[in-house]
Amino acid sequence: MEFTLKTFIFYGFALMTIASALVVVTVRNIVHAAFSLMVTLFGVAGLYVFLQADFLAATQVIVYVGGILVLILFGVMMTSGHFEITTHVKSHAERWQILLGGVVSLALLMLLLTVIANTPAWKNLTDDGTELPPTTERIGELILNGQFLLPFEVVSVLLLVALIGAALISRKEVRD
Amino acid sequence: MTLQHYLVISAILFTLGIFAVLTRRNAISILMGIELILNSCNLNFAAFSRFMTPPEDISGQIIAIFGIVLAAAEAAVFLAIILAIYREFGSIRPNEVDTLRG
Repeated sequence: MEFTLKTFIFYGFALMTIASALVVVTVRNIVHAAFSLMVTLFGVAGLYVFLQADFLAATQVIVYVGGILVLILFGVMMTSGHFEITTHVKSHAERWQILLGGVVSLALLMLLLTVIANTPAWKNLTDDGTELPPTTERIGELILNGQFLLPFEVVSVLLLVALIGAALISRKEVRD
Repeated sequence: MTLQHYLVISAILFTLGIFAVLTRRNAISILMGIELILNSCNLNFAAFSRFMTPPEDISGQIIAIFGIVLAAAEAAVFLAIILAIYREFGSIRPNEVDTLRG
């Protein structure tokens, strides 16, 4: 693989994604973790662009960065007193939890990497760099007039249910 | 870029998400871990759709879009539950919330 500008940018996005995800899971301040999560989500959106999934990249930025992240920040602000944003000094049990969790996650990572490296069907599939046409039109066609019509409707009902449920759960109880 | 590049990135994201879910002591940090996991699986869908199917087949991307929608719904309900728990217990540390009675 020749080392072009494209691969350079790809590795930049990959590094950005992984490094900021590492910050998300290690940093103590939740607000810092949330902003680091934003960088991760932008990095994944960049990887979608490399996969020529333009609509998916735009959706990722709009829904995740514009929606879910704001929701998370609101959650942080509404549930933490100013002293509780940073988690306090680690207890003994907490150290054990981190150690065991680290061992389990590392073992899982090793397992996944072994599977990825050894599956014959996934080897040597390189991106030939052909430019595909924009996907938005075909996605609209498939969702509204094709094989994904039923899942689309189901998902819209699910969103409505989640909306009503969230409003119902989180409202203040008014007793008369 | 090969398929394996994307799979490795996705595997690392997944593992970091699992690590956050296992070790974090704050429900919102756990939610961030879950978002990492969902992102890694969406990335996998998009990558397999690019490399394993003919270029005009984009079903994998559509599944990933549905995944994003589900993540949004999940985050909304999760935060609503967190708010209700905070109002009830005054804390969102999962190991302090251990009462089942209403």
